[in-house]
Amino acid sequence: MQMPPLDPGILARRAAIVAALRAIVPGEGVIDDVEGMRPYECDALSAYRQLPLVVVLPERIDQVARILRYCQDEGVKIVPRGAGTSLSGGSMPVGDAILLGMAKFNRVLEIDFANRCARVQPGVTNLGITRAVEHAGFYYAPDPSSQIACSIGGNVAENSGGVHSLKYGLTTNNLLGIELVLMNGEIVRLGGKHLDTDGYDLLGVMTGSEGLLGVITEVTVRILPKPSTARAVLLGFPTESGGADCVAAIIAAGIIPAGMEMMDKDAVHCAEAYVHAGYPLDVEALLIVELDGPPVEVDHLIERVAGLARERGATTVRVSASEDERMRLWAGRKSAFPAVGQISPDYMCLDGSVPRSRLVEVLSRMREMSKQHGLRVVNVFHAGDGNLHPLILFDANDPDQLRRCEEFGADILRLCVEVGGALTGEHGVGIEKRDLMGVQFTDIDLDQQMRLKCAFDPDHLLNPGKVFPKLRRCAELGQLVVRQGAIPFPDIPRF
Amino acid sequence: MTTTLKPRDRDELRDTVAWALNDGKTLEIVGAASKRALGRPVVADHGLDLSGIAGVVEYQPEELVITVRAGTPMREVEALLAQRNQMLAFEPPDLGPLLGGVAEASTLAGAVLCNLAGPRRLSAGAARDHLLGFSAVNGRGEIFKSGGKVMKNVTGYDLSKLMAGSFGTLAALDEINVKVLPAPDKTRTLLLFGLADADAIAAMALAMGSPHEVSGAAHLPADAARRSAVGYVAKAGGSATALRLEGVGPSVEARLTGLRDLLTPVVAAKGGAVEELHTMNSRALWRELRDVTLLGAASDALVWRLSCPPSEGAAVVARIRAVRPDVGAIYDWAGGQIWLSLPPTADADHALVRAALAACGGHATLIRAPGAVRAAVPVFQPQAPALAALAWRVKESFDPRGVFNPGRMG
Repeated sequence: MQMPPLDPGILARRAAIVAALRAIVPGEGVIDDVEGMRPYECDALSAYRQLPLVVVLPERIDQVARILRYCQDEGVKIVPRGAGTSLSGGSMPVGDAILLGMAKFNRVLEIDFANRCARVQPGVTNLGITRAVEHAGFYYAPDPSSQIACSIGGNVAENSGGVHSLKYGLTTNNLLGIELVLMNGEIVRLGGKHLDTDGYDLLGVMTGSEGLLGVITEVTVRILPKPSTARAVLLGFPTESGGADCVAAIIAAGIIPAGMEMMDKDAVHCAEAYVHAGYPLDVEALLIVELDGPPVEVDHLIERVAGLARERGATTVRVSASEDERMRLWAGRKSAFPAVGQISPDYMCLDGSVPRSRLVEVLSRMREMSKQHGLRVVNVFHAGDGNLHPLILFDANDPDQLRRCEEFGADILRLCVEVGGALTGEHGVGIEKRDLMGVQFTDIDLDQQMRLKCAFDPDHLLNPGKVFPKLRRCAELGQLVVRQGAIPFPDIPRF
Repeated sequence: MTTTLKPRDRDELRDTVAWALNDGKTLEIVGAASKRALGRPVVADHGLDLSGIAGVVEYQPEELVITVRAGTPMREVEALLAQRNQMLAFEPPDLGPLLGGVAEASTLAGAVLCNLAGPRRLSAGAARDHLLGFSAVNGRGEIFKSGGKVMKNVTGYDLSKLMAGSFGTLAALDEINVKVLPAPDKTRTLLLFGLADADAIAAMALAMGSPHEVSGAAHLPADAARRSAVGYVAKAGGSATALRLEGVGPSVEARLTGLRDLLTPVVAAKGGAVEELHTMNSRALWRELRDVTLLGAASDALVWRLSCPPSEGAAVVARIRAVRPDVGAIYDWAGGQIWLSLPPTADADHALVRAALAACGGHATLIRAPGAVRAAVPVFQPQAPALAALAWRVKESFDPRGVFNPGRMG
C-alpha cells in the first residue's frame, strides 16, 4: 500500500503549522509529541500505521472553520477522524497532513419526538443516539457492528450499514440534515427536520464521501419507534446452495426480514468454539433470519420462513422462543470476528457486494483462491443484500503473508465486480480498495468523481491518498477539449 | 424553430451532446415531456428527446432491481412489476393532470430526475433512495456511470443521489437501475373525521411514533375531503385524516386494532369519529393523495409544494391563510409535505410562502404556474450564498458549458 510521497516543504514548516493550530485551538487541543500522537497512528485497518504531522482536537465549529481555511490558504493537507473505527483506512493519518479529531463534538443537541428526529454533534456514537431516545420507545436504525464505538459523523462519511440495512436502509436513508465546513472555511447547512433537501441532493453526496468533501459538524437523523417484537430463526443446511436458495426464496416470497445473515462452515465452527451458541456443527451453511414487527406478523412470517427452509433441505430449524434465546442465536454471529481472531494472529475483513443469485459461485471460487494463495478464508455475510465479509487469516508479522493477503483480498474484490457486484458494500474504499477502483470504474467515471471533489476541495487537501488511485489536478480535470469539425451524427432523427 | 434531436441509443446520445458542445449549443432534455412545465422554463437552442432510448433492459425480481432505459414509460414499468407482485416503493406521483397534461404519460427516469415521492415517502423514502445506479452522458460528451445494481454499494461518491432531483441539469440519462420491493398483500386505512389541522397533525405524530408501522399519513381539510371519490371520505361532512397500514393480512389487522385503540379516545375528545377503509377504497384514496387530485384548484390557480418539519405544517399554512384566506391545503407525510393552491398572482406570493417557512426551516417549490410567472419568480427555494455557490460548482463539474436544461433550476 503506497501513500503519496511526503512533501518536504510541509515537513520543514511543521513548527509553524503547530503554532498556527495552537493559535486557533489553545491548550491541550493540539498534540505534537510522538507519544501523544501514537493513539492516532491507525484506525481499525490496523495493518497500516502512520504518525500524522500533528493532531488537532477542536471543540467549536468556528475552530474547525479556521483550521480548514488555514489549510486551504497555506496548502496544508488534513485528515478528518471520528472514532477511528474505519475498516478501510478512511481515517488513517498521512505523514505530512494534520489529523483533525472530531471526538470533542460529543453532545446530543436536541431530541424532537414530535418530528421523530435527533440533532447531535458528529462525535456522538451510533449507539449513543439510541441510548438518548430509547426511554421513549425509539431507536436509530443503522447498526454497524462497531456501533458502541463508531461516531455518527463517521457513519455519515462512510454511509455505514449494519445487519438490519436490508429492511431499514443505510445511513443515507436515515439522515435528514447535516452542517458541514468546506475547505474555504464556509459553513453550509443541508436539510434539516424536513424530508429531502432543496436543490441538488448534496446531503446524499456527502453521505459516503469518506471525508474527502467537507468536515461534518452537526447531524440530524431520523429516529424510529422500536418494533414491538423481534424473533430470530436459525437455519442449518447441508449445502451452501441450500442456504443461498433459501435466501432467494424468502425474498421471492415477498418477505423482507429485518436481518438475514449467513455463515460458512468454518465461521460456524470458529464461533461455536468461542461462544458456545449451540450452533450445529454438521452444516455447510448457517442462516440467521430475524423478523420484527407486531407479534402476530412475526409469528406468521417466521413459520413461512421455516417452511421455505425445510422445503430446501434445512437440517436445523430453531426458532427463538424468548428474547434471551434470540440473543443467544445472534451471539455467535456477532462474535464471529473476535472468534476468528482466536484462531489466527491477524485477519483482514473484506466487504464486497454481489447479486444474491451469484453467492454460491462466489463462495466456491473464493475457496479455490484460498488454495492458490495459501491462506484460509472464513465467510460471514449479510446474505439478504449480498454483502460479503470474507475474513482472510494471516500473520501480519510475516511480510510475505501480508502481501499474499493483500493479493487474495484484491482477487476476491475483482471477482465481486466481475459477477456484477461492487468493491465495497458498507466499509468504504479508503486506502484499502483505492487501487482497485479501476476494476469497477473507467477513467472517465473516476475523472467525473474527482471533478465533483474539485467543487468542494479544489486543491485536494482533504483526506489525501484515499479513494482515488491517482489524483489529477483540478485545473487539468477542468480542461475541455472540444472536437472541431464535422457533425458526427448524420443519422440521428431530428424534427 | 429549434430542432429536436432524438438519439436511438447511448452512442447517438453521446454524439448529440458532443455536437452541441462543439457548436456551443444548449439542449432541453425531455423524456415523455409530461413534467416540462415543472421548474423554471428552459431556454435552449435545441431539444434532446430521450423517448427513443427506451425499454426494460433487465428485470430480476429476486434481486429486487430493474434496469430501464431513460425513455421507458412509467406505466410499462409498473405493469411489469405488478405481474411479479412488486412495486416502486417510493410511490411516484403522476403529476400529469395537475400540470395540465394527461395521466399515465410519464417516464420512470423523469420521476427519478424530479425526485418525486408519494405518500409512502414517510416509510420507504423518495426516488433518491431507490436509484441504485445509472449511466449517463455528462456535459463534456462523455458516457459515465455510477453506483450499480446491488443493494449495498458505497464504492465512490453516491452520484445517484445527485442525479435524483437534478431536473436534467447535470447529465443526460441513458440507463437507470432502480430498487423494487414486494407489494403489500393487504392495505387498510384508518380514517379520523372532524379534526382541525393542528389536531390532525398531533394525531398523525402519535400514529407515526407508535410501533404500528404507518406507511401513509395525510390530512384532508373539509373542502378537500369532499372532493374524494371515496364515499366514506366525501360524505363525512368535514375533514378526514387518513393513516395507511400495509403488509401481510394478520399483521395489518393487528396493527389496525392497535392504532384504532390508540387514536379513538384522541379523536373522541375532539368530537370526531373513526372509520376504516379496506383495500379497494384505500387504493383509491391514496392514489388521489399521491397524484394531488383533491386540491380542487381552478385550472389557473397556482400550486405550491412545501416540505417542512411535520409538526409545523398547520402553523405554516395558518401564517399563509392569515394573508390569503382562500388558500387551499392538503397535508401529506404526517404534515411534512403540504400542497397549496393560491389564486393567480404575478409574483405567485413567493415571498409570503417562503416567509411562512422561515421560522421552522424547509423549502417551497412552485409546482404549477404560467410560464411567465415561473420565469419571473424563484421556482425553487433560494439558497444561502455559500450553498448556492457550491451547488453551481457542482453543476459545472458535470456540465461546464451549461449545455443541459439552462435555467431549469434557476
